[in-house]
Amino acid sequence: MFIINCPYCGERDQTEFSCGGEAHIERPKQPTELSDDQWAEYLFMRKNIKGIQFERWNHIHGCRKWFNVVRDTSNDKIHAVYKMGERPPIK
Amino acid sequence: MSNNLRINKNNFIDQTVRISFKFNGKKLFGYKGDTLASALLANNIHLVGRSFKYHRPRGIMTCGSEEPNAIIQVGKDPALTDPNVRATEIELYEGLEAFSQNCWPSVNFDIGGINNFLSPLLPAGFYYKTFMWPASFWEKYEFFIRHSAGLGKSPTKPDQDLYDHQYVHCDVLVIGGGISGILSAKLSAEKGLNTILIDDKSYLGGSTIYQDDDIFKINNETSNVWLKNQIEKLKRIPNLTIKNRTSVAAFHGYNYLLARENLTDHLSAHERKGKIRQRLLKIRAKKVVIATGAIERPLIFSNNDRPGIILSSSIKKYIDYYGVKTGENISLFTNNDSAYETAISLNKSGVKVKVIIDIRENPSSILSEKIEKTGIKILRGYTITNTDGYKRIKSIDVMKLSKDGGSVIGKKVTYKCDCLGISGGWTPMVHLFTQSGGKLKFRNNDNVFIPDENKTPSEQISVGSSNGDFELDDVINNTVKNIKIFLGLDKNKYENLDIKCSKEKQKRNIWLLPSNEAISKTKPFLDFQNDSTAKDVKLALREGFKSIEHVKRYTTTGMGTDQGKLSNMHALGIIADTTGTNMGELGTTTFRPPYTPLTFGAIVGRNVGEFFDHTRRTAIHDWHVENKAEFENVGQWKRPWYFPKNGETMYEAVQRESKAARVSAGILDASTLGKIDIQGEDASEFLNRVYTNAWSKLAIGKCRYGLMLNEDGMVYDDGVTTRLGENHYIMTTTTGGAANVLSKLEDYLQTEWPELNVYLTTVTDQYSTMSICGPNSKKIIKKIIPSLDLSDESFPHMSFKNSKIDNVNCRIMRISFTGEHSYEINVQSNYAKDVWERCIEAGKEFNITPYGTETMHLLRAEKGFIITGQDTDGTLTPSDLQMDWIIGKKKYDFIGKRSLYRSDTIREDRKQLVGLLTDDPKEVLEEGAQLVESLEKPIDMLGHVTSSYFSPNLNKSIALAVVRSGKKLKGKKLIVPMENKNINVTITDTVFYDKENKRLNA
Repeated sequence: MFIINCPYCGERDQTEFSCGGEAHIERPKQPTELSDDQWAEYLFMRKNIKGIQFERWNHIHGCRKWFNVVRDTSNDKIHAVYKMGERPPIK
Repeated sequence: MSNNLRINKNNFIDQTVRISFKFNGKKLFGYKGDTLASALLANNIHLVGRSFKYHRPRGIMTCGSEEPNAIIQVGKDPALTDPNVRATEIELYEGLEAFSQNCWPSVNFDIGGINNFLSPLLPAGFYYKTFMWPASFWEKYEFFIRHSAGLGKSPTKPDQDLYDHQYVHCDVLVIGGGISGILSAKLSAEKGLNTILIDDKSYLGGSTIYQDDDIFKINNETSNVWLKNQIEKLKRIPNLTIKNRTSVAAFHGYNYLLARENLTDHLSAHERKGKIRQRLLKIRAKKVVIATGAIERPLIFSNNDRPGIILSSSIKKYIDYYGVKTGENISLFTNNDSAYETAISLNKSGVKVKVIIDIRENPSSILSEKIEKTGIKILRGYTITNTDGYKRIKSIDVMKLSKDGGSVIGKKVTYKCDCLGISGGWTPMVHLFTQSGGKLKFRNNDNVFIPDENKTPSEQISVGSSNGDFELDDVINNTVKNIKIFLGLDKNKYENLDIKCSKEKQKRNIWLLPSNEAISKTKPFLDFQNDSTAKDVKLALREGFKSIEHVKRYTTTGMGTDQGKLSNMHALGIIADTTGTNMGELGTTTFRPPYTPLTFGAIVGRNVGEFFDHTRRTAIHDWHVENKAEFENVGQWKRPWYFPKNGETMYEAVQRESKAARVSAGILDASTLGKIDIQGEDASEFLNRVYTNAWSKLAIGKCRYGLMLNEDGMVYDDGVTTRLGENHYIMTTTTGGAANVLSKLEDYLQTEWPELNVYLTTVTDQYSTMSICGPNSKKIIKKIIPSLDLSDESFPHMSFKNSKIDNVNCRIMRISFTGEHSYEINVQSNYAKDVWERCIEAGKEFNITPYGTETMHLLRAEKGFIITGQDTDGTLTPSDLQMDWIIGKKKYDFIGKRSLYRSDTIREDRKQLVGLLTDDPKEVLEEGAQLVESLEKPIDMLGHVTSSYFSPNLNKSIALAVVRSGKKLKGKKLIVPMENKNINVTITDTVFYDKENKRLNA
């Protein structure tokens, strides 16, 4: 039960949020030009890291905004929070 | 009461308030301040239960939450009885009734005791080994095993007690009200921090509060007097909250903790009335101080489980705190100095201590010197090899230990005693620290796991004996020093206290003490509740189990209600010794929450009965209730299922409703369908991207059915969307999908297409929808809104008009989910019931028939319309549903489009939606039934039935199904094998009724 610092609302309990999986996977602009394999890569392949992971989160029971979170999955420490479209503040 | 077991001198027990209680039906007395355990001991009752496996007689062994034996049932009210309560934790109250568990017919004569004599036949893993084969027999064994196992009895009636949840926030949470916890709380609160101090007892002060010997002094006061003064001052600090009778159950990440506060368990029945029994505190603390203390270890020797064998420190507490003698002739057995403190207390209270057996050769300290002066016999370098006595210990056998401690030498001497105190050293309570994610380190010189301060996951600190400090000066000085750094404090008055105490000089530890008998003939118990012995652990190792986690599960060591608080360390030690590894490398088993058991009541709080989940009712709900609707739960919604008349069955009601809707008129409350208001200059483009079909050319005032996919190409949701204006649409979704569809649309708008200017608002609750269908629907609408032009030219199928019923604005859509000529009236919800009643009134002459979800499902199935979630399950593409017509072939992209021609989605042998007719038109298939081609084994499953009804309008059974390569199989005969018959069916078109859609304009 961690605390997430929503970039729009501030610190809130995890129960107010829902996780949307790995961040920075952009929907291809021209899906029809992709091979089956390329499309499958976008559709299905996700990282499952023990350690630093970039994730999408939604303040679903709050402002309903989506944003990005950098979380260490081994101890749930959150290293950064930033808005959609922004570059990750850490590598 | 045997008065001679209660001593008079006492500060903690109020001997003026006598309390009567019953144990196993016998009426007994105790005093205010007693626990059930102390009151039983004062009545000379040690035997309280039977062990789990061998049914050996077991007595009270401890004075706290680590108690493995005194597990009792409280009360016999079928709603309020409480199983598996520790007698050492429950405070005595007037009228308390308690019963022994796991024994039949009584604790004194227990038939299961025969297992004790069978014990050579019941080694570790006995059940796994014996009941493995033949596999099919397990069901037969299970009945008997389950019957003979089990501890307390569950209540059989609903719990009438009230429970509560509370969110709590603080700067500093201190867990544990012993001397280190009190110092921490005081330092924190005096700095001005909002502080909470939690302790599971009814009083503060831990074990120091009854430490009155002048060996232990702080600033020239005995330690108990000094501490008492500190507690008095503590209680006056305004920014400090003290929670007694509160036990921290779990320590999660980010300093989120759960604690259970007991509010009435110590009160008599009439004092409890109307009060909340327990409160679950959900605590978020900026900083946490763990001061949970340590638990004394037993010693592991043969027959170390007899009633009357008690932890040495517990004997001290019973005499010093409760004023109760645990025996008249007590011996002590130890490997450390704490037993000498017990001996001093007993000696002061006039209890005879026969002998102290110490496995150490030279244990000289202030404490031992004091004992020597009293003349109590001390045997140094000796061990107990066996004990005797069935329902109470009678004697002990003592022999000299060899130098290496691996065997015994010399002659056996027997001493009589009625109580034996044992002390194997101390185990810091690191449970909460590890629950929070902290890692432990092993200290070799006294064999303890303590918190590794470099591997602490959050803003927290462990102090006192939970951090491995066991002597008074270390406890105080290290606590003050570490808290000062942790809270960033200035110099304080506790830094230079004058502390006097005894220091332990020698340590010696032997995990499994040797005996003169072969190990196979001994019974050295490790886990007293689960009856696992050191032998079992050794057997597990011989059989190849190496990981501590595996040994634990195989032998059940540490799996009782005490969760191994007492002797997990010994199990680890024996494994390390036997395998020649270091305990630090072996690690511990995982400590999982809750620290002590929680009641279900505390976990669920007020979320029971009608508060278990939200209930959503439509604005027309009261009318449905008045008209005797049966309701169906659809998500959180209560939807009318059918409206039975004059004792009709569901089948009869649905047949009548379905017929009426096609013959004349029916009315459905469709308010639960999700409604999303979509506005913005890019609204049309947005719909183009989220639906499979084209939207740009939809004229204002027109409606269109849309199918929404996931990116994987599978059908996700469907519904009709209406263009209200140039940049304004209203989308309907399925009832169950409403919230998820909105979230999905928001996700795409915010993350993939932020350039689109679109606004989404959910209006599901703001508008109510009633659908009137049937050949007479037009006449009914005409009666309600005479001014509205209902001609097909002005108001054709799939169009919409704004209108008014009196002064109430309404949107009327001419859309149909039944295939009949029909209208949907949408009004603001607060007018809905009134408008509904006007529809019913106007429809009376046409026998307007209210119908529920079941009839709606039947009518749409006659037309072959799908219900997403019933006929689809997230594995069907539009093409699988034979809905290729809805794919906008010319559209460049929409959600899921690319997936529609992946190698997998273009396979021709995918499961596809088909219609089914039974050869016997009266035979109605079961939804979910499998479809096969032949009954020859192995039988190939081709698909299953998704929807099935008896159609009153066609007078035959109809069904929808998904079948492999179904599209190509029209006319094919298949079989539906059921439990006692095989049903022959034929694959057909999915549309059963009015294939030409003539009725839409009828």
